[in-house]
Amino acid sequence: MENRTHISVQGLNVHIRREHVLKDINLSIPDRKITAIIGPSGCGKTTLLRSFNRLIDATEGVRVSGRVLVDDEDILDPRAEVTHIRKKMGLLLQKPFPLPMSIYENVAYGPRIHGIRDRRRLDGIVECFLRKASLWDEVSGRLSQPASALSLGQQQRLCLARGLAVEPAIILGDEPTSALDPQSSQRIEQTFTELKRDYTIVIVTHILRQARRLADHVVFLYLGELVEQGPAWDFFNNPKHPMTREYIKGLIS
Amino acid sequence: MARDRRFAEERLFRGLMIAATALIVSCLALILLTVLAKGLPFMSLDMVTRTPQGGYYLGKGGGVLNAILGSLYLAGGATLLAILIGLPVALYLNVYARPGGRFVAASRFAFDVLNGVPSIVYGAFGFTLMIFFGLRASLLGGIIAIALLILPMMARSMDEVIRLVPRELLEASYALGATRWETARRVVARQALPGILTAVLIAFGRGIGDAAAVIFTTGFTDAVPGSLLRPAATLPLAIFFQLGVPIPEVQGRAYASALILTVLILAVSLAARLLSRRLTRHVVK
Repeated sequence: MENRTHISVQGLNVHIRREHVLKDINLSIPDRKITAIIGPSGCGKTTLLRSFNRLIDATEGVRVSGRVLVDDEDILDPRAEVTHIRKKMGLLLQKPFPLPMSIYENVAYGPRIHGIRDRRRLDGIVECFLRKASLWDEVSGRLSQPASALSLGQQQRLCLARGLAVEPAIILGDEPTSALDPQSSQRIEQTFTELKRDYTIVIVTHILRQARRLADHVVFLYLGELVEQGPAWDFFNNPKHPMTREYIKGLIS
Repeated sequence: MARDRRFAEERLFRGLMIAATALIVSCLALILLTVLAKGLPFMSLDMVTRTPQGGYYLGKGGGVLNAILGSLYLAGGATLLAILIGLPVALYLNVYARPGGRFVAASRFAFDVLNGVPSIVYGAFGFTLMIFFGLRASLLGGIIAIALLILPMMARSMDEVIRLVPRELLEASYALGATRWETARRVVARQALPGILTAVLIAFGRGIGDAAAVIFTTGFTDAVPGSLLRPAATLPLAIFFQLGVPIPEVQGRAYASALILTVLILAVSLAARLLSRRLTRHVVK
């Protein structure tokens, strides 16, 4: 199990206009663990995350080289078909963005576009994933209400349920708790630790304490370069690189 | 001292803004009052239920049903045609085209230029087109001319409201494995719906009120329009013709016709507002 990996990055370089945003990144994301990508803002964490599901394509003036293997398929290959790659990964953004529809339709959106029409099956899917995102108890009585009426924390859990409903193997989170209050953040973190039994989770975070609490594996980026990566315990207690030591102590930010 | 001056400036500009607002509102009120005062005495059931009878333009019996229906068909048809072209354009510019590309900038510029072209030019252009295709003055010709006239404005205002849809909303949909078309149709169009409706509405209002573009293309007739290939009457032209007759009775009916046109536009606006309130329950703020 230790060696299996959904995502492996080989020699990834990303330029945005004239800027070299990611420099020769090589890494493997371990299966069914929480991997935290940390580093100061502007170091390329989000860009790295977005190259996993090729959302980076939409960026103006972007050039990408290298390989990102997802289940042994090179997703950067121009012939790769993006929708099925993206279907393998749920994405949580910094701020929750519910789709302009009801709570129910938000979760059913993904399954519907992938061809599930049967109403009863959809009902089952919606309930199942709202439960997984620990939101069901709060919304079961008002599924037809607009999703925008929920609180921010609830919206973020709805976005999680929406992402899970297309049955991905991987969950990507781009600072998924940064817009939430402490209590909602805690619920999201708790949900993550429950979900890692079945999913590979990758989160970008600039909160060191969050990385310490959650991560099994840590990737540290600085100015577009991968400085150090490894199991969380080693990373925090026995950092090898001097820069890592300084960052953990809070000397560079 | 400086503080007093700042307060004085604040008061001055507030006063100017209130004055400007009052000017606009009173203009609108004045127009409505004139139309009401001059038109209402000549309003009758005949005006809206009958076509012009013999000698109508000399003060005899009848109404402007021909022009009411003609205008509704014309503006309705033109609006529909403009939506069919304008909405895909606006979605293309914002969902499909490479953001910040030259093509996008060029298209927007082209629409802005077209938007400034006077409506008589669209009329003349439509007329040339019709001659080329061997078409006579007809409802269809008018629909095409008016569609050309309102298309730039409609496409640009749709473009502006669709541009306001947060990028992240599109990304959320892509991340679920949705294609661009699914995202455009189910997420973008839905989120921008209130703005799209407003764009359609303004375009309809401009289309139904325009006289210059229809003068060559649609012709005029006293009959209710029965075919796309026959001429049709329109309210703006009906107002124009009646106002030109030196008989007070007929001029009064011109104002009554203007009143009908105003009420029509008002009714369509209100209906669309109500509709939009129903459809936009789910829009994310």
